[in-house]
Amino acid sequence: MRKYGHVIVIGIQNNLTYRVNFLFRSLFGLIPLMASLSLWRTIYAGKSTDDVGGFTHAQMISYYLLVVSVDMLTAAYEDDWQIAGDIKDGNISQFLLKPINFIGYRLSLFLSGRLIYTSVALIPVTCFILFQKSYFVFPADAATFGAFTLSVALAALLQFFLSFAMAMLAFWVTEVSTFIFILYAFEYLASGHLFPLGILPAGWQQALACTPFPYQLYFPVSVYLGKVTGAALVNGLLMQACWVSVVFFAARWMWSRGLKKYSAVGG
Amino acid sequence: MNTLNRYLTIYAALWKNSVTRELGFKTNFLLWIGVEILWFALQLVFIGVLYQHTDTIGSWGKWQVVMLIGASHFIQQIFQALFLVNMTNLSELIRTGKFDFFLLLPVNTRFVVSFRQVDLGSFVNATTALGVIAYAAHQMQFTPALMHIAGFLALCVVGIAVHYSLMFLLATVSFWTVRAQGIVWAYYNLFQIARLPDEAFRGVFKAVFTFALPMLLVVNVPVRLLTDKLADPWSIVQLLIMGVVCALVSDWWWTKSLKRYTSASS
Repeated sequence: MRKYGHVIVIGIQNNLTYRVNFLFRSLFGLIPLMASLSLWRTIYAGKSTDDVGGFTHAQMISYYLLVVSVDMLTAAYEDDWQIAGDIKDGNISQFLLKPINFIGYRLSLFLSGRLIYTSVALIPVTCFILFQKSYFVFPADAATFGAFTLSVALAALLQFFLSFAMAMLAFWVTEVSTFIFILYAFEYLASGHLFPLGILPAGWQQALACTPFPYQLYFPVSVYLGKVTGAALVNGLLMQACWVSVVFFAARWMWSRGLKKYSAVGG
Repeated sequence: MNTLNRYLTIYAALWKNSVTRELGFKTNFLLWIGVEILWFALQLVFIGVLYQHTDTIGSWGKWQVVMLIGASHFIQQIFQALFLVNMTNLSELIRTGKFDFFLLLPVNTRFVVSFRQVDLGSFVNATTALGVIAYAAHQMQFTPALMHIAGFLALCVVGIAVHYSLMFLLATVSFWTVRAQGIVWAYYNLFQIARLPDEAFRGVFKAVFTFALPMLLVVNVPVRLLTDKLADPWSIVQLLIMGVVCALVSDWWWTKSLKRYTSASS
């Protein structure tokens, strides 16, 4: 376990080099968010009732504020590209010789990356939340917050393992970026990034519930907002844990299959 | 006239080069078209979902917004076809020092850096955008006059020029910091505003994205002209002025940046 601790420390040092990059990334990321909020304000202003698919205007704003926060904590932005790059350039050869597990190694780097990204992005995100502070709600009670924390951790793992599995395609195809962008497209819509999934027609919602995407973002946010409680909450957390293990085993399987094909280009 | 002819000949050669290059990666070419169509569809789904819950956004009806999304995609794809790869490559040229080579060519450096490569797949995507615009017009039972179509296309050209000037401005950041990979990502965030109806915005946000980064003009004005939604011709003048301002600023900045270039490696 200690060696992974070292990897995290090294990862933190490496990621600190990108702090300005992270700051700009999080700043620019707020632009479409502000646009969404403006769009919703106009929509609510044009309606006679303060309700869109069960969301009041205030709840809608809270939803987006939480999306930014959870996204900051869990998103696996660069990992898929980097892992695919490692495979393509033959950099993984060294890991085959070292007594370290590659998935564990990348997971440690992902965690350190998130740690640094969050500490940097916290500045603009907090400013933004303070600016909208009347809409920022606190969780109903400590238990809700506990469940939220757990589901954020699971969401982060899910995001990471999905990215890892996507990157494994680099063993078979030379250009993985198209596949990564296809996955992004689905994640963007089906995880609830673009709008809360609750405003979709019921049939769509049921269909999406069968995919891992809502558990990447929509589920933790719903837990925080108190929209999922009781048995549904327990069920949801179990489903989320199930998806994490399914995607983890898929990623591991692809890794071991990929290694059989691996020819250490340039290594 | 001679200079123009010479540059056209060079540009034709660059096109030929790009076609040859694309033919080498046929599967990838088709996959990218698929990716773009998927993202385009995603935008349309978003609008579809919004209009399940409302009839108008400001004074914009559903099919008008669909037309807006289509026009935005059209402008973005033509921009992407002609410029995007070249803009992102600029930082790579500077990082590796290959930029030296372009400075030595007996042509305008900005020309060759901006037009070097053409992304043919984006032209295919631009046609799907035109298809969506036409379908939206059909749904509104609206047949634009020929004059309106011509005006729309002319304003689209201005919009593309604005995108080019701004993106070029962003790309020259690589003269200062070598790590400029975030540029494309930053720009995609701006594109996202361009496809939303201008009436959804107000205050500082609207002012910034009209008079500093004219994202709220580049698509909204052409679509308003096409659908006869212009309150007055003033917004067309605004777009034209902003087009000239952006071009001048980016050119001034480019000349200034070139002086900073110190070449890498070699």
